[in-house]
Amino acid sequence: MSLDLATERRHRVAAAPDHHTRDPALPDPTEPLAVNVTGLRCRECGEAEELGLNHVCGFCFGPLEIAYDTTAIAGRVSRARIEAGPRSLWRYGDLLPTLSADPAHRVDLGTGLSPLRPAPRLAGHLGLDELWLKDDTRNPTGSFKDRVVTIALSAARALGVTTLACASTGNLANSVAAHGAAIGLPTYVFIPHDLERGKVVGSAIYGANVIAVEGAYDDVNRLASEVADTHGWGFVNVNLRAYYAEGSKSIGFEIAEQLGWQLPDHVVAPLASGSMYTKIDKAFTELAHYGLIDGEVATRMSGAQATGCSPISEAFGRGSLDVWPQRADTIARSLAIGNPADGYYALQVAERTGGAVSDVGDDEVVEGIRLLARTEGIFAETAGGVTVANLVKLVRDGVIEPGERTVAVISGNGYKTIEAVADHAGPTHTIAPSLEALHAALDR
Amino acid sequence: MPTVRIPTPLRKLTDGEAAVVVDGGDLRTVVANLQARHPGVGERLLDDQGELRRFVNVFVRDEDVRFLDGLDTELAEGDTVSIVPAVAGG
Repeated sequence: MSLDLATERRHRVAAAPDHHTRDPALPDPTEPLAVNVTGLRCRECGEAEELGLNHVCGFCFGPLEIAYDTTAIAGRVSRARIEAGPRSLWRYGDLLPTLSADPAHRVDLGTGLSPLRPAPRLAGHLGLDELWLKDDTRNPTGSFKDRVVTIALSAARALGVTTLACASTGNLANSVAAHGAAIGLPTYVFIPHDLERGKVVGSAIYGANVIAVEGAYDDVNRLASEVADTHGWGFVNVNLRAYYAEGSKSIGFEIAEQLGWQLPDHVVAPLASGSMYTKIDKAFTELAHYGLIDGEVATRMSGAQATGCSPISEAFGRGSLDVWPQRADTIARSLAIGNPADGYYALQVAERTGGAVSDVGDDEVVEGIRLLARTEGIFAETAGGVTVANLVKLVRDGVIEPGERTVAVISGNGYKTIEAVADHAGPTHTIAPSLEALHAALDR
Repeated sequence: MPTVRIPTPLRKLTDGEAAVVVDGGDLRTVVANLQARHPGVGERLLDDQGELRRFVNVFVRDEDVRFLDGLDTELAEGDTVSIVPAVAGG
Protein backbone atom coordinates (compact mmCIF):
# COMPACT_ATOMS: atom_id res chain seq x y z
CA MET A 1 0.00 0.00 0.00
CA SER A 2 1.44 3.41 -0.93
CA LEU A 3 1.72 6.07 1.73
CA ASP A 4 -1.04 8.10 0.09
CA LEU A 5 -3.35 5.13 0.00
CA ALA A 6 -2.52 4.31 3.58
CA THR A 7 -3.26 7.88 4.64
CA GLU A 8 -6.49 7.90 2.67
CA ARG A 9 -7.55 4.62 4.22
CA ARG A 10 -6.77 5.95 7.67
CA HIS A 11 -8.91 9.03 7.11
CA ARG A 12 -11.72 6.99 5.61
CA VAL A 13 -11.76 4.57 8.52
CA ALA A 14 -11.42 7.41 11.00
CA ALA A 15 -14.37 9.20 9.45
CA ALA A 16 -16.60 6.14 9.70
CA PRO A 17 -18.97 6.13 12.66
CA ASP A 18 -17.70 4.27 15.67
CA HIS A 19 -20.45 1.94 16.80
CA HIS A 20 -18.59 0.97 19.89
CA THR A 21 -17.92 4.30 21.60
CA ARG A 22 -20.13 7.21 20.65
CA ASP A 23 -19.04 9.79 23.18
CA PRO A 24 -18.38 12.98 21.15
CA ALA A 25 -16.02 14.17 23.89
CA LEU A 26 -13.51 11.48 22.92
CA PRO A 27 -10.39 12.66 21.11
CA ASP A 28 -10.00 12.20 17.37
CA PRO A 29 -9.06 8.56 16.68
CA THR A 30 -6.07 9.72 14.63
CA GLU A 31 -4.58 11.81 17.44
CA PRO A 32 -0.94 10.82 18.10
CA LEU A 33 0.01 8.43 20.88
CA ALA A 34 0.47 9.99 24.30
CA VAL A 35 2.48 8.90 27.31
CA ASN A 36 0.40 6.27 29.09
CA VAL A 37 2.61 4.99 31.90
CA THR A 38 2.97 6.34 35.41
CA GLY A 39 5.82 4.15 36.65
CA LEU A 40 6.72 0.59 37.54
CA ARG A 41 5.04 -1.56 40.16
CA CYS A 42 5.92 -4.84 41.84
CA ARG A 43 3.69 -7.63 40.66
CA GLU A 44 3.97 -9.35 44.02
CA CYS A 45 3.79 -6.67 46.72
CA GLY A 46 2.55 -3.66 44.71
CA GLU A 47 5.49 -1.45 45.76
CA ALA A 48 5.92 1.46 43.32
CA GLU A 49 9.22 2.10 41.54
CA GLU A 50 10.23 4.85 39.13
CA LEU A 51 10.46 4.26 35.40
CA GLY A 52 13.99 3.25 34.51
CA LEU A 53 16.34 0.33 33.85
CA ASN A 54 14.95 -1.76 36.65
CA HIS A 55 13.16 -5.10 36.74
CA VAL A 56 13.26 -6.17 40.36
CA CYS A 57 11.33 -4.90 43.34
CA GLY A 58 13.74 -3.41 45.84
CA PHE A 59 11.44 -4.50 48.64
CA CYS A 60 10.51 -8.15 47.94
CA PHE A 61 12.55 -9.07 44.85
CA GLY A 62 9.39 -9.72 42.82
CA PRO A 63 9.21 -8.80 39.12
CA LEU A 64 8.30 -5.21 38.22
CA GLU A 65 5.55 -4.49 35.71
CA ILE A 66 4.22 -1.38 34.01
CA ALA A 67 1.82 0.86 35.91
CA TYR A 68 -0.48 2.36 33.28
CA ASP A 69 -2.59 5.48 33.42
CA THR A 70 -5.73 3.44 32.90
CA THR A 71 -8.06 6.44 33.12
CA ALA A 72 -6.26 8.24 30.31
CA ILE A 73 -6.18 5.06 28.22
CA ALA A 74 -9.91 4.46 28.73
CA GLY A 75 -10.55 7.99 27.46
CA ARG A 76 -8.57 7.45 24.27
CA VAL A 77 -8.70 3.87 23.08
CA SER A 78 -11.46 2.65 20.77
CA ARG A 79 -11.91 0.09 18.02
CA ALA A 80 -12.03 2.91 15.46
CA ARG A 81 -8.77 4.38 16.71
CA ILE A 82 -7.07 0.98 16.49
CA GLU A 83 -8.49 0.22 13.05
CA ALA A 84 -7.32 3.63 11.82
CA GLY A 85 -3.80 2.99 13.10
CA PRO A 86 -0.67 1.78 11.34
CA ARG A 87 -0.42 -1.74 9.94
CA SER A 88 1.97 -2.81 12.67
CA LEU A 89 1.68 -3.52 16.38
CA TRP A 90 1.71 0.25 16.96
CA ARG A 91 -1.99 0.29 16.11
CA TYR A 92 -2.33 -0.92 19.73
CA GLY A 93 0.04 1.77 21.00
CA ASP A 94 -2.50 3.05 23.55
CA LEU A 95 -2.37 -0.36 25.23
CA LEU A 96 1.41 -0.83 25.08
CA PRO A 97 3.94 1.09 27.20
CA THR A 98 4.49 4.50 25.61
CA LEU A 99 7.15 6.37 27.60
CA SER A 100 7.49 9.28 25.23
CA ALA A 101 5.13 11.20 22.96
CA ASP A 102 8.06 11.83 20.59
CA PRO A 103 7.51 9.62 17.51
CA ALA A 104 11.29 9.56 16.99
CA HIS A 105 11.59 7.34 20.05
CA ARG A 106 9.27 4.77 18.50
CA VAL A 107 11.03 1.83 16.84
CA ASP A 108 9.05 0.26 13.99
CA LEU A 109 10.42 -2.23 11.47
CA GLY A 110 6.88 -3.23 10.52
CA THR A 111 6.43 -5.86 13.20
CA GLY A 112 3.01 -7.24 14.00
CA LEU A 113 -0.36 -7.61 12.35
CA SER A 114 0.85 -11.00 11.17
CA PRO A 115 -1.71 -13.20 9.42
CA LEU A 116 -4.31 -15.11 11.42
CA ARG A 117 -4.93 -17.89 8.95
CA PRO A 118 -7.73 -20.41 8.88
CA ALA A 119 -6.19 -23.89 8.89
CA PRO A 120 -8.88 -26.20 7.46
CA ARG A 121 -6.56 -29.02 6.39
CA LEU A 122 -4.82 -29.26 9.74
CA ALA A 123 -8.19 -28.90 11.48
CA GLY A 124 -9.54 -31.78 9.39
CA HIS A 125 -6.52 -33.91 10.25
CA LEU A 126 -7.08 -33.26 13.96
CA GLY A 127 -10.86 -33.47 13.92
CA LEU A 128 -11.39 -29.85 14.93
CA ASP A 129 -14.24 -27.78 13.52
CA GLU A 130 -12.32 -24.50 13.44
CA LEU A 131 -8.59 -23.91 13.76
CA TRP A 132 -6.64 -20.69 13.15
CA LEU A 133 -2.88 -20.19 13.01
CA LYS A 134 -1.29 -16.97 14.24
CA ASP A 135 1.58 -16.92 11.78
CA ASP A 136 4.39 -15.06 13.54
CA THR A 137 6.99 -16.59 11.23
CA ARG A 138 6.26 -13.48 9.16
CA ASN A 139 7.84 -10.80 11.34
CA PRO A 140 10.98 -8.91 10.21
CA THR A 141 13.44 -11.39 11.77
CA GLY A 142 11.09 -14.36 11.56
CA SER A 143 9.78 -14.66 15.09
CA PHE A 144 7.42 -13.11 17.63
CA LYS A 145 10.46 -11.67 19.40
CA ASP A 146 10.27 -8.66 17.08
CA ARG A 147 7.19 -7.65 19.08
CA VAL A 148 8.90 -7.54 22.46
CA VAL A 149 12.02 -5.96 21.01
CA THR A 150 10.01 -3.20 19.34
CA ILE A 151 8.58 -2.22 22.71
CA ALA A 152 11.80 -2.72 24.70
CA LEU A 153 13.86 -0.61 22.30
CA SER A 154 11.28 2.15 22.12
CA ALA A 155 11.42 2.32 25.93
CA ALA A 156 15.21 2.18 25.80
CA ARG A 157 15.29 5.17 23.48
CA ALA A 158 12.97 7.16 25.70
CA LEU A 159 15.15 6.27 28.71
CA GLY A 160 18.32 7.36 26.91
CA VAL A 161 19.96 3.92 26.71
CA THR A 162 23.05 3.95 24.50
CA THR A 163 24.03 0.25 24.41
CA LEU A 164 21.66 -2.66 23.82
CA ALA A 165 21.99 -6.27 24.92
CA CYS A 166 20.10 -9.48 25.57
CA ALA A 167 20.46 -13.05 26.76
CA SER A 168 18.95 -15.31 24.15
CA THR A 169 18.12 -18.79 22.96
CA GLY A 170 18.48 -17.38 19.43
CA ASN A 171 15.35 -15.66 18.21
CA LEU A 172 15.67 -12.74 20.59
CA ALA A 173 19.32 -12.28 19.62
CA ASN A 174 18.32 -12.11 15.94
CA SER A 175 15.72 -9.49 16.68
CA VAL A 176 17.81 -7.32 19.00
CA ALA A 177 20.71 -7.42 16.52
CA ALA A 178 18.50 -6.33 13.62
CA HIS A 179 16.70 -3.60 15.51
CA GLY A 180 19.94 -2.37 17.09
CA ALA A 181 21.42 -2.03 13.61
CA ALA A 182 18.35 -0.24 12.33
CA ILE A 183 18.49 2.39 15.06
CA GLY A 184 22.28 2.60 15.05
CA LEU A 185 23.11 1.52 18.59
CA PRO A 186 25.92 -0.85 19.61
CA THR A 187 24.48 -4.25 20.48
CA TYR A 188 25.72 -7.22 22.49
CA VAL A 189 23.85 -10.51 22.28
CA PHE A 190 24.69 -13.36 24.68
CA ILE A 191 23.83 -16.85 23.41
CA PRO A 192 24.69 -20.47 24.26
CA HIS A 193 27.80 -21.41 22.24
CA ASP A 194 26.16 -24.39 20.52
CA LEU A 195 23.05 -22.76 19.01
CA GLU A 196 21.71 -23.58 15.56
CA ARG A 197 23.82 -22.03 12.81
CA GLY A 198 20.95 -20.01 11.36
CA LYS A 199 20.46 -18.26 14.67
CA VAL A 200 24.14 -17.43 15.08
CA VAL A 201 24.51 -16.12 11.52
CA GLY A 202 21.14 -14.40 11.86
CA SER A 203 22.56 -12.27 14.67
CA ALA A 204 26.12 -11.70 13.47
CA ILE A 205 25.04 -10.53 10.02
CA TYR A 206 23.63 -7.33 11.52
CA GLY A 207 27.00 -6.39 12.97
CA ALA A 208 26.10 -7.20 16.57
CA ASN A 209 28.70 -8.33 19.07
CA VAL A 210 27.79 -12.01 19.44
CA ILE A 211 29.01 -13.39 22.77
CA ALA A 212 28.87 -17.20 22.62
CA VAL A 213 28.85 -18.46 26.20
CA GLU A 214 30.13 -21.94 27.01
CA GLY A 215 27.04 -23.06 28.88
CA ALA A 216 23.29 -23.59 28.60
CA TYR A 217 20.76 -20.76 28.27
CA ASP A 218 20.23 -20.61 32.01
CA ASP A 219 23.97 -19.95 32.43
CA VAL A 220 23.76 -17.24 29.77
CA ASN A 221 20.83 -15.70 31.60
CA ARG A 222 22.67 -15.57 34.87
CA LEU A 223 25.71 -13.99 33.29
CA ALA A 224 23.53 -11.42 31.52
CA SER A 225 21.91 -10.52 34.80
CA GLU A 226 25.31 -9.84 36.34
CA VAL A 227 26.52 -7.89 33.31
CA ALA A 228 23.38 -5.74 33.40
CA ASP A 229 24.20 -5.00 37.01
CA THR A 230 27.75 -3.89 36.30
CA HIS A 231 27.70 -2.35 32.81
CA GLY A 232 24.50 -0.33 32.75
CA TRP A 233 23.53 -1.64 29.31
CA GLY A 234 19.91 -1.94 28.31
CA PHE A 235 19.29 -5.70 28.41
CA VAL A 236 15.91 -6.12 26.79
CA ASN A 237 14.96 -9.19 28.84
CA VAL A 238 16.70 -8.18 32.06
CA ASN A 239 16.52 -4.53 33.10
CA LEU A 240 14.07 -3.64 30.28
CA ARG A 241 11.95 -6.70 31.00
CA ALA A 242 8.87 -4.84 32.24
CA TYR A 243 8.55 -2.98 28.92
CA TYR A 244 9.71 -5.92 26.78
CA ALA A 245 7.20 -8.40 28.14
CA GLU A 246 4.25 -6.14 27.33
CA GLY A 247 5.04 -6.40 23.61
CA SER A 248 3.64 -9.93 23.54
CA LYS A 249 0.19 -8.59 24.36
CA SER A 250 -0.01 -7.49 20.73
CA ILE A 251 -0.48 -11.16 19.73
CA GLY A 252 -3.65 -11.27 21.81
CA PHE A 253 -4.88 -7.88 20.56
CA GLU A 254 -4.39 -8.99 16.96
CA ILE A 255 -6.12 -12.34 17.42
CA ALA A 256 -9.18 -10.54 18.79
CA GLU A 257 -9.27 -7.86 16.07
CA GLN A 258 -8.67 -10.42 13.31
CA LEU A 259 -11.57 -12.52 14.60
CA GLY A 260 -13.83 -9.46 14.32
CA TRP A 261 -13.33 -8.30 17.92
CA GLN A 262 -14.15 -11.70 19.33
CA LEU A 263 -12.01 -14.00 21.44
CA PRO A 264 -11.31 -17.62 20.55
CA ASP A 265 -12.42 -20.46 22.80
CA HIS A 266 -8.95 -21.92 23.14
CA VAL A 267 -5.38 -20.72 22.52
CA VAL A 268 -2.33 -22.99 22.35
CA ALA A 269 1.01 -21.19 22.70
CA PRO A 270 4.59 -22.33 23.30
CA LEU A 271 6.12 -21.91 26.76
CA ALA A 272 9.76 -21.05 27.38
CA SER A 273 9.89 -18.50 30.21
CA GLY A 274 6.07 -18.43 30.08
CA SER A 275 5.97 -14.69 29.43
CA MET A 276 4.30 -14.58 26.00
CA TYR A 277 1.58 -17.02 27.06
CA THR A 278 0.66 -14.96 30.14
CA LYS A 279 0.65 -11.74 28.12
CA ILE A 280 -1.81 -13.10 25.54
CA ASP A 281 -4.16 -13.80 28.43
CA LYS A 282 -3.50 -10.31 29.83
CA ALA A 283 -4.31 -8.81 26.43
CA PHE A 284 -7.71 -10.50 26.40
CA THR A 285 -8.42 -9.22 29.90
CA GLU A 286 -7.47 -5.66 28.93
CA LEU A 287 -9.64 -5.73 25.81
CA ALA A 288 -12.60 -6.64 28.01
CA HIS A 289 -11.64 -4.02 30.61
CA TYR A 290 -11.63 -1.23 28.01
CA GLY A 291 -14.84 -2.46 26.39
CA LEU A 292 -13.15 -3.34 23.10
CA ILE A 293 -14.72 -6.80 23.05
CA ASP A 294 -18.20 -7.77 24.09
CA GLY A 295 -18.76 -9.88 27.18
CA GLU A 296 -16.44 -11.74 29.52
CA VAL A 297 -13.15 -13.40 28.76
CA ALA A 298 -13.69 -17.15 28.56
CA THR A 299 -10.69 -18.22 26.50
CA ARG A 300 -8.93 -21.34 27.74
CA MET A 301 -5.16 -20.98 27.56
CA SER A 302 -3.01 -24.07 26.98
CA GLY A 303 0.78 -24.12 26.96
CA ALA A 304 3.18 -26.28 24.96
CA GLN A 305 6.61 -27.53 26.01
CA ALA A 306 9.16 -30.08 24.82
CA THR A 307 9.63 -32.98 27.22
CA GLY A 308 13.39 -32.36 27.29
CA CYS A 309 12.72 -29.01 28.91
CA SER A 310 9.33 -29.12 30.56
CA PRO A 311 9.51 -27.58 34.04
CA ILE A 312 6.14 -25.83 33.69
CA SER A 313 4.38 -28.89 32.29
CA GLU A 314 5.93 -31.01 35.06
CA ALA A 315 4.60 -28.64 37.73
CA PHE A 316 1.17 -28.60 36.05
CA GLY A 317 1.14 -32.40 36.13
CA ARG A 318 1.94 -32.27 39.84
CA GLY A 319 -0.91 -29.82 40.38
CA SER A 320 1.57 -27.34 41.85
CA LEU A 321 2.55 -23.72 41.24
CA ASP A 322 6.12 -24.50 42.31
CA VAL A 323 8.32 -24.86 39.26
CA TRP A 324 11.40 -27.01 39.79
CA PRO A 325 14.25 -26.06 37.45
CA GLN A 326 15.48 -28.62 34.92
CA ARG A 327 18.59 -29.04 32.81
CA ALA A 328 17.35 -28.60 29.26
CA ASP A 329 17.97 -31.28 26.65
CA THR A 330 15.79 -30.86 23.56
CA ILE A 331 16.04 -29.89 19.90
CA ALA A 332 13.57 -27.08 20.67
CA ARG A 333 16.39 -24.74 21.64
CA SER A 334 14.23 -21.63 21.51
CA LEU A 335 12.14 -23.07 24.36
CA ALA A 336 15.06 -24.52 26.32
CA ILE A 337 14.72 -22.48 29.49
CA GLY A 338 15.12 -24.80 32.46
CA ASN A 339 14.40 -22.08 35.02
CA PRO A 340 11.40 -20.19 33.60
CA ALA A 341 10.90 -16.78 35.22
CA ASP A 342 7.18 -16.64 34.50
CA GLY A 343 6.42 -20.31 35.05
CA TYR A 344 4.56 -19.53 38.27
CA TYR A 345 2.32 -17.02 36.48
CA ALA A 346 1.82 -19.31 33.47
CA LEU A 347 0.56 -22.06 35.77
CA GLN A 348 -1.89 -19.62 37.35
CA VAL A 349 -3.23 -18.71 33.91
CA ALA A 350 -3.63 -22.36 32.90
CA GLU A 351 -5.46 -23.11 36.13
CA ARG A 352 -7.71 -20.02 36.04
CA THR A 353 -8.72 -20.43 32.40
CA GLY A 354 -9.24 -24.20 32.46
CA GLY A 355 -6.40 -24.83 30.03
CA ALA A 356 -3.58 -27.32 30.30
CA VAL A 357 0.20 -27.40 30.01
CA SER A 358 1.62 -30.44 28.24
CA ASP A 359 4.83 -31.64 26.64
CA VAL A 360 5.95 -33.79 23.72
CA GLY A 361 9.16 -35.62 22.81
CA ASP A 362 11.62 -34.43 20.18
CA ASP A 363 10.39 -36.98 17.61
CA GLU A 364 6.91 -35.52 17.93
CA VAL A 365 8.35 -32.01 17.56
CA VAL A 366 9.82 -33.00 14.18
CA GLU A 367 6.52 -34.60 13.19
CA GLY A 368 4.73 -31.41 14.27
CA ILE A 369 6.91 -29.29 12.01
CA ARG A 370 6.28 -31.67 9.08
CA LEU A 371 2.54 -31.89 9.70
CA LEU A 372 2.16 -28.10 9.77
CA ALA A 373 4.22 -27.70 6.60
CA ARG A 374 2.36 -30.45 4.71
CA THR A 375 -1.14 -29.44 5.70
CA GLU A 376 -0.94 -25.63 5.79
CA GLY A 377 2.24 -24.59 3.98
CA ILE A 378 3.89 -22.98 6.99
CA PHE A 379 7.49 -23.88 7.78
CA ALA A 380 7.93 -23.33 11.50
CA GLU A 381 11.00 -23.60 13.69
CA THR A 382 11.13 -26.13 16.49
CA ALA A 383 8.93 -24.06 18.82
CA GLY A 384 6.17 -24.26 16.17
CA GLY A 385 6.68 -28.02 16.05
CA VAL A 386 6.27 -28.12 19.82
CA THR A 387 3.04 -26.13 19.56
CA VAL A 388 1.54 -28.26 16.79
CA ALA A 389 2.58 -31.55 18.41
CA ASN A 390 1.01 -30.46 21.69
CA LEU A 391 -2.10 -29.36 19.80
CA VAL A 392 -2.33 -32.89 18.40
CA LYS A 393 -1.91 -34.31 21.90
CA LEU A 394 -4.43 -31.97 23.54
CA VAL A 395 -7.08 -32.81 20.94
CA ARG A 396 -6.33 -36.52 21.20
CA ASP A 397 -6.59 -36.36 25.00
CA GLY A 398 -9.90 -34.52 24.85
CA VAL A 399 -8.54 -31.35 26.50
CA ILE A 400 -9.43 -29.35 23.38
CA GLU A 401 -12.96 -30.15 22.30
CA PRO A 402 -13.77 -30.47 18.57
CA GLY A 403 -16.22 -27.57 18.65
CA GLU A 404 -13.85 -25.08 20.25
CA ARG A 405 -12.68 -22.21 18.05
CA THR A 406 -8.95 -22.75 18.54
CA VAL A 407 -5.92 -20.58 17.75
CA ALA A 408 -2.36 -21.96 17.71
CA VAL A 409 0.51 -19.48 17.94
CA ILE A 410 3.29 -20.32 15.46
CA SER A 411 6.09 -18.23 16.89
CA GLY A 412 9.12 -18.66 14.62
CA ASN A 413 10.35 -19.44 11.12
CA GLY A 414 11.66 -22.87 10.13
CA TYR A 415 14.56 -21.58 8.08
CA LYS A 416 16.27 -20.77 11.38
CA THR A 417 16.41 -24.38 12.52
CA ILE A 418 16.73 -26.52 9.40
CA GLU A 419 19.00 -28.90 11.33
CA ALA A 420 15.92 -30.21 13.14
CA VAL A 421 14.31 -31.56 9.98
CA ALA A 422 17.20 -31.80 7.52
CA ASP A 423 17.26 -35.61 7.77
CA HIS A 424 13.57 -35.75 6.88
CA ALA A 425 13.47 -33.31 3.99
CA GLY A 426 15.72 -33.63 0.93
CA PRO A 427 15.40 -34.40 -2.77
CA THR A 428 12.81 -37.11 -3.39
CA HIS A 429 14.34 -37.99 -6.79
CA THR A 430 17.83 -37.32 -8.14
CA ILE A 431 18.02 -37.75 -11.91
CA ALA A 432 19.99 -37.04 -15.08
CA PRO A 433 18.72 -34.00 -17.04
CA SER A 434 16.46 -35.94 -19.44
CA LEU A 435 12.76 -36.74 -19.82
CA GLU A 436 13.56 -40.45 -19.89
CA ALA A 437 15.34 -40.22 -16.57
CA LEU A 438 12.41 -38.32 -15.05
CA HIS A 439 9.85 -40.84 -16.28
CA ALA A 440 11.99 -43.74 -15.10
CA ALA A 441 12.34 -42.17 -11.66
CA LEU A 442 8.63 -41.37 -11.33
CA ASP A 443 7.66 -44.88 -12.43
CA ARG A 444 9.79 -46.50 -9.77
CA MET B 1 35.11 -17.12 54.20
CA PRO B 2 32.62 -17.13 51.31
CA THR B 3 32.03 -14.00 49.27
CA VAL B 4 28.43 -12.97 48.51
CA ARG B 5 27.86 -10.92 45.37
CA ILE B 6 25.10 -8.42 45.96
CA PRO B 7 22.78 -7.42 43.09
CA THR B 8 21.92 -3.75 42.59
CA PRO B 9 18.43 -3.88 44.20
CA LEU B 10 20.01 -4.99 47.51
CA ARG B 11 22.99 -2.65 47.55
CA LYS B 12 21.07 0.09 49.29
CA LEU B 13 21.10 -2.29 52.26
CA THR B 14 24.83 -3.02 52.03
CA ASP B 15 26.01 0.60 51.92
CA GLY B 16 26.54 0.22 48.19
CA GLU B 17 28.89 -2.74 48.53
CA ALA B 18 28.77 -5.10 45.51
CA ALA B 19 30.44 -7.97 47.35
CA VAL B 20 30.41 -8.88 51.01
CA VAL B 21 32.63 -11.46 52.74
CA VAL B 22 30.57 -13.37 55.32
CA ASP B 23 31.36 -16.25 57.67
CA GLY B 24 29.37 -19.48 57.43
CA GLY B 25 29.70 -23.13 56.49
CA ASP B 26 26.40 -23.36 54.65
CA LEU B 27 24.09 -21.02 52.75
CA ARG B 28 21.55 -20.73 55.57
CA THR B 29 24.22 -19.54 58.00
CA VAL B 30 25.68 -17.14 55.47
CA VAL B 31 22.26 -15.56 54.85
CA ALA B 32 21.70 -15.25 58.61
CA ASN B 33 25.08 -13.60 59.09
CA LEU B 34 24.42 -11.32 56.14
CA GLN B 35 21.13 -10.29 57.75
CA ALA B 36 22.91 -9.64 61.06
CA ARG B 37 25.44 -7.39 59.41
CA HIS B 38 23.07 -5.69 56.96
CA PRO B 39 19.56 -5.80 58.45
CA GLY B 40 16.86 -6.25 55.80
CA VAL B 41 18.83 -8.39 53.36
CA GLY B 42 17.57 -11.66 54.83
CA GLU B 43 13.90 -10.77 54.64
CA ARG B 44 14.31 -9.88 50.98
CA LEU B 45 15.82 -13.27 50.24
CA LEU B 46 13.67 -15.49 52.49
CA ASP B 47 9.91 -15.87 52.76
CA ASP B 48 7.83 -16.23 55.93
CA GLN B 49 8.71 -19.92 56.13
CA GLY B 50 12.40 -19.14 55.99
CA GLU B 51 12.79 -20.57 52.48
CA LEU B 52 14.30 -18.79 49.49
CA ARG B 53 11.73 -16.57 47.80
CA ARG B 54 10.24 -17.73 44.50
CA PHE B 55 11.94 -15.02 42.44
CA VAL B 56 15.39 -15.27 43.99
CA ASN B 57 17.98 -17.44 42.30
CA VAL B 58 21.11 -18.24 44.29
CA PHE B 59 24.21 -19.74 42.72
CA VAL B 60 27.08 -21.38 44.59
CA ARG B 61 30.19 -22.29 42.62
CA ASP B 62 28.21 -21.30 39.48
CA GLU B 63 25.47 -23.85 40.23
CA ASP B 64 21.83 -23.07 41.07
CA VAL B 65 21.42 -24.14 44.71
CA ARG B 66 18.14 -25.83 43.79
CA PHE B 67 20.33 -28.39 42.00
CA LEU B 68 22.45 -28.63 45.17
CA ASP B 69 21.03 -28.70 48.70
CA GLY B 70 19.15 -25.40 48.73
CA LEU B 71 19.79 -23.43 51.91
CA ASP B 72 21.69 -26.44 53.28
CA THR B 73 24.26 -26.21 50.50
CA GLU B 74 27.70 -26.36 52.09
CA LEU B 75 30.15 -23.57 51.49
CA ALA B 76 33.90 -23.74 51.54
CA GLU B 77 36.55 -21.12 52.08
CA GLY B 78 36.74 -18.89 49.01
CA ASP B 79 33.37 -19.93 47.52
CA THR B 80 31.34 -17.27 45.72
CA VAL B 81 27.60 -16.93 46.31
CA SER B 82 25.68 -15.04 43.59
CA ILE B 83 22.19 -13.68 44.17
CA VAL B 84 20.43 -13.24 40.84
CA PRO B 85 16.87 -12.04 40.25
CA ALA B 86 14.77 -14.02 37.77
CA VAL B 87 15.07 -12.95 34.11
CA ALA B 88 12.51 -13.02 31.29
CA GLY B 89 12.72 -15.42 28.39
CA GLY B 90 14.88 -15.23 25.34
